[in-house]
Amino acid sequence: MRIEFTLNSESVSIDTEPQRRLLDILREDFRLISVKEGCGEGECGACIILLDGKAVNSCLIPAGRIKGSEVITLEGYRETERFRILMESFEDAGAVQCGFCTPGIIMTVESLLRENSNPTEEEIKKALSGNLCRCTGYSMIVDGVVRAVKKVKNDGKSI
Amino acid sequence: MKEISKPIRKVDDQDKIEGKVRYIADIEFEGMLFAKTLRSGRPRARIRSIEIPELPDGYFIVDANDIPGKNRVKMVINDHPFFAEGEVNYIGEPILLVVGPKKETIFEIIEKIKIRYEDLNPILTMEDAERKGKTFIDYEFTKGDPDKAFEMAEKVIEDEFRTGYQEHIYLEPQGVVGICEDGKVTIYGAMQCPYYVKGAVMEGLGWDEDRVRVVQTTTGGAFGGKEEYPSIIAGQVVVAALKTGRPVQLIFDRDEDIMVTTKRHPSVTEYRVGLDGNGRITVLDINIKLDGGAYGGLSGVVLQRALFTATGVYNIPNLRVRGSVLKTNKVPSGAFRGFGAPQAIFGIEMLMHHLAEKLGRVPLDFKMDYALKTKDTTSTGGIIRGEVKLPEIIKEVEKMSDYRRKHKESRKFRGIGLSLFLHGCGFTGKGEESIKGKVTLRKKGKDVEILTSSVEMGQGATTTLRKIVSKSLSIPITQVLYDNPDTERVPDSGPTVASRTVMIVGGLLDSAAKELRERWDEGDEIEVSKIYKHPGYIKWDDKLLKGDAYPEYSWGANVVEVEIDPITYEIEVLGIWAVYDIGVAIDERIIQGQIEGGITQGLGYATIEVMDSVDGELVQRTLTDYKIPTSMDFPKIESKLVRNPYKYGPYGAKCAGELPFVGAAPALASAVENALSVPINRIPVTPEYLLEVLSG
Ligand code: FES
Ligand code: FES
Repeated sequence: MRIEFTLNSESVSIDTEPQRRLLDILREDFRLISVKEGCGEGECGACIILLDGKAVNSCLIPAGRIKGSEVITLEGYRETERFRILMESFEDAGAVQCGFCTPGIIMTVESLLRENSNPTEEEIKKALSGNLCRCTGYSMIVDGVVRAVKKVKNDGKSI
Repeated sequence: MKEISKPIRKVDDQDKIEGKVRYIADIEFEGMLFAKTLRSGRPRARIRSIEIPELPDGYFIVDANDIPGKNRVKMVINDHPFFAEGEVNYIGEPILLVVGPKKETIFEIIEKIKIRYEDLNPILTMEDAERKGKTFIDYEFTKGDPDKAFEMAEKVIEDEFRTGYQEHIYLEPQGVVGICEDGKVTIYGAMQCPYYVKGAVMEGLGWDEDRVRVVQTTTGGAFGGKEEYPSIIAGQVVVAALKTGRPVQLIFDRDEDIMVTTKRHPSVTEYRVGLDGNGRITVLDINIKLDGGAYGGLSGVVLQRALFTATGVYNIPNLRVRGSVLKTNKVPSGAFRGFGAPQAIFGIEMLMHHLAEKLGRVPLDFKMDYALKTKDTTSTGGIIRGEVKLPEIIKEVEKMSDYRRKHKESRKFRGIGLSLFLHGCGFTGKGEESIKGKVTLRKKGKDVEILTSSVEMGQGATTTLRKIVSKSLSIPITQVLYDNPDTERVPDSGPTVASRTVMIVGGLLDSAAKELRERWDEGDEIEVSKIYKHPGYIKWDDKLLKGDAYPEYSWGANVVEVEIDPITYEIEVLGIWAVYDIGVAIDERIIQGQIEGGITQGLGYATIEVMDSVDGELVQRTLTDYKIPTSMDFPKIESKLVRNPYKYGPYGAKCAGELPFVGAAPALASAVENALSVPINRIPVTPEYLLEVLSG
């Protein structure tokens, strides 16, 4: 089946089985290694990408569903200004240890911020509830997001 | 000296946040084949026959017949075969690999392979193993005169505690790639101990050390789970590479990883306590039993740490401490953050809590009556040399948590609990002495490279070690280089385990750096190496289990406050407070990460991480069934460090990686006990368990 979609702002077209996982398409066909497989069953969030602006587990999305959609992975998102702010905030908060959960977390945070530019700690925790991290205990990740939100506010930029 | 603790941005953060880091699953090798393991479906059986379908071109079966050397994985007890040899001893034991270019075809082949078993009588519970006397190892030691003390005791109290399995759930599943080229093999993979893998592969192949190379790839969490296990799969892919002449990749999916990799040992610990007429403890008899599973591996060493930690932070004059690792037909247990200490600390802390309640004392006051002090003797007759700052630690944690008031005002369904604990730094007993870790610093122009086999697995080793070297050489951290260890380039500094990386390896790097600093002007290229020497004061007798089991200890106290739903018995954690003495933090933010991650894992262990084995099969085999903490489960942790420099540690640092794990479970369980006024004797404390206890 031929599937056309937008991937990190470029139109792409692939020929694949409609049941194939988006996770495999991104990793194998496009070599987008930021998309991680931590469980393959929708439990860990390591494979989260943005599908039409929403954070989804790419291991649960069959190829057939992305026809005509917009897919953004960290490879695309990391070129943005907001990513740069998030990265610095994550560094200053100590939000990263082994890093395996991090790309999925960054994408989840981006989808949160698209809906709510000024989330509370509770809202951040809730948004992250589908991203497992075995290293940090989460608070330092939440702190990373809080710092980023603050920084943007202080800079007077809208996020 | 204090400024070293000031946090810096970690050197590997940016690549990780940008998603650019390559873990083993992200690395491609030309012509690489994939592999999938066919495993035992029986807990104990003889393999009568294996029927292999006709293989399409380019597909291979790799099994025990392909192992040129010894078909046993080198660990401590070398009993786990790379591939089963005519007999299987647990569900999930590897029998063979199917190797080829296409994953779907490999799965199809696996489906078609037929194994005929002849079932043998399995041992499926610890009780059964005990009855039949099936153990891998037993230890016993005493202090004072326990028999006489029991004779003299006014009162003898017995108690028993149980802990369950825990699975690591490092976010990156196990994975390795084996390559064979020009009569040499190379293994790439996620691991904690490149030289363990090297040793295991050398034995499996029967090859010399110059023909085996191991390269660690950035490792997505490990927690002990990548200590011994990678040696098994490394041996497997290497023989597959040998047979096929192509690179072979073996990466577990999550369910497989949960089902077959090592876990924390389930335990049963029995206590007998002798009290005198004043209600003072005069003697303790402790018996720790660990479920080792089907193969011995590291279990004996895990038991040692459990036993040497069995009296926690307390000084009891008369002791009998014994324990065994039971042999069952279940998945092998192994290394996991804390390495036997969590089971021991849970037991002793709960015992002290029970005794305090029985005697009508505030648990904290009762515990402090027995707390170790500087110059006291340990259970093995070693000496506590460093200053014991428990009083200061306790003062802090009391203040932060308002423990005393909350304890006094505790009411039904709301309670507060406290744990005191310690962790022996570095290897147990003769470990450090026999490994003789080595490090090298290589100056090249203005840069200095760290050559060590210690790995980064998320715990911050790359940043911490560079920080030590940059400080000791007074050069910017950007001039200190470190790459993932490659056994062809780095000396054997020992494995990345036992919270030894900063204190032992960091200490060696510090002294190498100081020498290099002296010799800096000798030339553009200078190499300085250092080999570990035990500080002279340490005496240890491996046979009698007498002396200093550890060179030094880190200490801590945790307080947890809970509220329990009166209808569902769900536990809500309201607050977590933690104070530690880890000597000096090399980087306070990295330590904060260890503290918060360790406590969260420990609270998961104590509450929601349920894993049962029924008929030799794990009941929870996916992340859907086996729950680990999410961002919603626990409140923010408030933590603090008490400074207490250790003379032999770099900048005064002791150990920190495992310590935060060990105190969490007993703090939580004693809070639950406080809230419900019923004894808690088991973790995980689930609502079902509480219902059981409350209904008597
Ligand atoms: S890999 Fe998709 S949720 Fe875990
Ligand atoms: S940093 Fe390791 S899983 Fe999150």
